[in-house]
Amino acid sequence: MPSMRSSDAAEKLESGSKLPAASLAANCHTKFGRLRFEPKTGLSAELLVDIRNVWWRESLLIVRDPFTLVFSLIQPLVFLALFGPLLTGVASETPFGGESTLQWFLPGVVVMITMFGTSMTGANLQFEIMTGSFERILATPLARPALVIGRALKELTPLVAQAAIITLVAVPFGFQLFPLHVVVGLLMLGVFGIGVGALSYALAIAARKTEWIFWAVQQSLLFPLLILSGMMLPLETGPAWMQALSRLNPLTYIVNAERVLFAGMVGMEVVYGFVAAFATAVIGLLVGVRAIRQATI
Amino acid sequence: MIQARTLTRTFRVGKEVIEAVRGVDLDVAEGELVAFLGPNGAGKSTTLRMLTSLLPPTSGTAIVDGVDVTRDPAGVRRRIGYIGQKEGAGHNYRVWDELRMQGLFYGMTPRDAAHRGEELLESLDLADLRMRKVSSLSGGQKRRLDIAMGLIHAPRLLFLDEPSTGMDPQNRANLWDHIMRIRREHGTTIVLTTHYLEEADTMAERVIIIDHGKIIADDTADALKRQQAGDRLIVVVPASQVDLARDQLDGATNGMETQPTAEGIALSLKVTAAAHAVPQVLGRLAAGGVEVVAASAKQPTLDDVFLNLTGRSLRDGDA
Repeated sequence: MPSMRSSDAAEKLESGSKLPAASLAANCHTKFGRLRFEPKTGLSAELLVDIRNVWWRESLLIVRDPFTLVFSLIQPLVFLALFGPLLTGVASETPFGGESTLQWFLPGVVVMITMFGTSMTGANLQFEIMTGSFERILATPLARPALVIGRALKELTPLVAQAAIITLVAVPFGFQLFPLHVVVGLLMLGVFGIGVGALSYALAIAARKTEWIFWAVQQSLLFPLLILSGMMLPLETGPAWMQALSRLNPLTYIVNAERVLFAGMVGMEVVYGFVAAFATAVIGLLVGVRAIRQATI
Repeated sequence: MIQARTLTRTFRVGKEVIEAVRGVDLDVAEGELVAFLGPNGAGKSTTLRMLTSLLPPTSGTAIVDGVDVTRDPAGVRRRIGYIGQKEGAGHNYRVWDELRMQGLFYGMTPRDAAHRGEELLESLDLADLRMRKVSSLSGGQKRRLDIAMGLIHAPRLLFLDEPSTGMDPQNRANLWDHIMRIRREHGTTIVLTTHYLEEADTMAERVIIIDHGKIIADDTADALKRQQAGDRLIVVVPASQVDLARDQLDGATNGMETQPTAEGIALSLKVTAAAHAVPQVLGRLAAGGVEVVAASAKQPTLDDVFLNLTGRSLRDGDA
């Protein structure tokens, strides 16, 4: 039987190796399995393949049903069309750093799409936990970290696509486009979105037994974070305590950086923005992977 | 294939500690078809989830296909197929996508996964549904897709948790046809849980009865019924002739139960083989002048076995 041979080979390798036996895991007991040696920790080739597979399964939802992307554009477009003009009316002077309202408001809307989409993504996981498909996936040999990282990476696709479309839609209405700056801005949002997505998955796992807790936490965090980032209205005119809180909000740095980039400029804000984005991604993935390792669904 | 020793699992719910599984010892040889039978909450699924590495045991050890479930859970997952209680396929996906991705999750090459996927679609009557969305499938079709996904990597050991719960009799029979064919063709070792008595009785070669987290019986269904319950012969006689009948059946009245019925008194006798006991008993009663009103032979069920072991009926707790 071929399977016996491969496990024998693995044993020989294990006993002949200087590595502790536990650090090697032999595979291949099935006709289709392949022999693989997998270090227990660290980023291995296997982990990357697993991440790619998880990412692709998630992405299939968009590939097979691209209209979901289009529908998710309606809300930000409503904000842009109905909220933007009001801002212009309220602000008789130019509180927006001398830019046009659209130039100031659009980056905020783009950040908002990111936050809406990625913070809700845990609901998909919660649905899969409840129906049973996540248990089926847990029973496969996929590396646990891949289950979170692959899912979180998938957030990149819709997020960048949506942000790009919204930006292009605004051009005929007087938005001045700086393509290279926008690309850098979207990249930053992508990194940030991975972190928020991972946190959303961690929340879904923590709240797997009671669905409403997920929404309660998500909603009660989302709006304070958005408002305190100065996304919708400038905080410069707000009270001091709000300004203090906004400085603790990572989203503030993202919004500021996006505004600078979308205005076609570069500055320290961009550096702070990337720091905030990468910090969110690292923390999010650490929390998410931890949650999935401890979870017994 | 499986060696488990004093497997234990406790859960904490608030301040209460629930002992879901309390010291399970189990050996399953290659090619066996084993059913865990027990009421809801007996610890069947918890045991299965420990054997499949989905749930770490609180104490005890389990070696599954040569791999320790606590030391190398991923190794166990690679070697087994697992079909859970709930629906395995994502509702928003297409049948083919889920099946193919499942193969890739097991480390198969895209080519192998596609080839094997086609094979399984064909053999599980799913070929016409490949581009359908999972949410549009019927219950029976979803279950067959679950089976296909569980078999994509051709495991030698397959676990099924309550595979036929909630299915109508026709779909259940159909499901079993598929499972039995897989086993016949590939010699797959199968471990399943069920709370359907008939299912354990007719399908499994070995029945493990589990109650309150412990194995209380483990044998073939026939042997369990023979040892724990035995055949019964029931004769109904007029109330006035009960003592006469008792005298005539002297020596065979061990374990006799009497129960009044509309037609007289029913005497229930424990016998070794009911079919052979019928003419003998009737002959003896006739010789003594007892006018037998009715006679019937009753073969025991696994419920009788469970009743004898626990004092409770499995049907009472059947959800």
